[in-house]
Amino acid sequence: MAVLTVVEISEGKIKKASVEAAFYGSKIAEGLGTDSVAVVLGEAGADELATLGQLGIKKVLHANDARFNNFDSKAFSKAIGEAVNASGANVVSISFNQNGKLLAPRLSVRLKAAYVPGAVDLPVFSGATATVKKNVFSGKASAQYQLNTEKKVFAVNPNSLSPVRGTGTATVEAFAPAMTDTDFSTVVKATDKIVGEIPLSEAELVVSAGRGLKGPENWGMIEELAKLLGAATACSRAVADVDWRPHHEHVGQTGLTIRPNLYIAVGISGAIQHLAGVNGSKVIVVINTDPEAPFFKAADYGIVGDAFQVVPQLVEEIKKFKSAH
Amino acid sequence: MKILVPIAKVPDTTSKIAFTDNNTKFSPDGVTFIMNPTDEWYALVRAIELKEKQGGEVVVIHVGLADSEQIIRKALAIGADKAVRVDADPSDAYFVAAQIAAHAKTENYDLIIAGKETIDYNSYEVGGMVAELLDLPCVALVQKLDIENGVATIKREIEGGTETVEAKLPLVICAQKELAEARIPNMKGIMGARTKPLAVVPADATEKFTTIVNYAVPEKAKECKYVAPDNVAELVRLLHEEAKAI
Repeated sequence: MAVLTVVEISEGKIKKASVEAAFYGSKIAEGLGTDSVAVVLGEAGADELATLGQLGIKKVLHANDARFNNFDSKAFSKAIGEAVNASGANVVSISFNQNGKLLAPRLSVRLKAAYVPGAVDLPVFSGATATVKKNVFSGKASAQYQLNTEKKVFAVNPNSLSPVRGTGTATVEAFAPAMTDTDFSTVVKATDKIVGEIPLSEAELVVSAGRGLKGPENWGMIEELAKLLGAATACSRAVADVDWRPHHEHVGQTGLTIRPNLYIAVGISGAIQHLAGVNGSKVIVVINTDPEAPFFKAADYGIVGDAFQVVPQLVEEIKKFKSAH
Repeated sequence: MKILVPIAKVPDTTSKIAFTDNNTKFSPDGVTFIMNPTDEWYALVRAIELKEKQGGEVVVIHVGLADSEQIIRKALAIGADKAVRVDADPSDAYFVAAQIAAHAKTENYDLIIAGKETIDYNSYEVGGMVAELLDLPCVALVQKLDIENGVATIKREIEGGTETVEAKLPLVICAQKELAEARIPNMKGIMGARTKPLAVVPADATEKFTTIVNYAVPEKAKECKYVAPDNVAELVRLLHEEAKAI
């Protein structure tokens, strides 16, 4: 018995999403009175991996193999399947992030394990089954899923829990899954990362704007506010579709789903499709000239006012706040 | 090139979501059902575009009951060549994936293009599960897909950017925004869809890994606290002291 967390590495560092998954895995292990173990595929420093101990991980199975440096869902599934056997795990914890969303369903099939995608709290175990909550209908409802198989896979929704670090150090053990070169089926040709900006999917603070800004030339104040706060910028579908903003900033049902701690929406009416992408945010601030904008119903704080007057004031107030704190 | 596109039936985004039987069942009363948007707009249309360019066939597969005929005919009207409906209630992702994989095993598809997620259960499951069942490579969150000489060039979303990968066919793709532009079926397509083949096949017996115990609807919309537009300092104070968000 053990709980195995799949930990991803990016540029030598443990991904933030995996920190949450490791904490989640350790919490499950604690509840079950079993060991919390992690598997890491790809090159990484042992010192970095040992810090997983702060999140309750006792042991890290590390395949320090360059072939795993790029994500390949088929190869990763095979290797992690082996790690599950090697560790005797019957629970797998993984982040419901970009790679997790593909890897976890593959593991579910490989392990013949029930799988809950996007769990938002800790599972409750009862005999051979477990139940856990997940959001459904784009956040309009939640459901309690029962997992009916002996092995179970949980993909935890990013920003669902706040990991608390302790003082432990994890033991790092070499792990050599039996891979052949034919197991690797995808070859990475190029990566295009937006440099100097905070990735939207990982941002804790997000400043977003929509058609209320009237034109792409007016985004300066949004970018300034975001920069002051250390926030990522986002936008509504309407403005991405007319190329006022790049597509990767589009949040909503057909764009990115985000769950930051703070979402500031400027000049966005809050159509249900937009809300579906942001309604998991902890705190929502809406700034809109229209007091009837539906977004106010989903907001924690609202200002009915002109963005061109309110946002520059907000920039000044945040500057004052930052210099005082 | 033979392409399979799994399509799902989902409640329209604007539907009011309600539950019956002590919150254990989704209530279809008054709900309009549509083809899942990522399946229709991106997966299906890109499959049709590839067929138009390189020849071949696009087959749609749907796991669902007889009342799904309308969305299947729509897929045929948009340009799929034929359809298969597995006659079963699609209540568990593994069950659905197993049906799709069982069909795919009997036909040699070069490519399976699924939507990244359905808008009802938001689970991102079926594409990856089908790939594992068929032991195929799979790339998800795909924004761009081109095929040349049996090799796919794929752009996919990663944290804070995109990655371009190559993979040999056969292959499973999970489609998202930007992969294609939605198409509206024209009159010729709608007329033609009536006579295109739609096979109804029984489901394979497959265990269900998960069951939904019950549903809950968020208690009540949040109470918005309003701040006057000339008192922005108060908003900053609330965000810091009350919400602890900054």
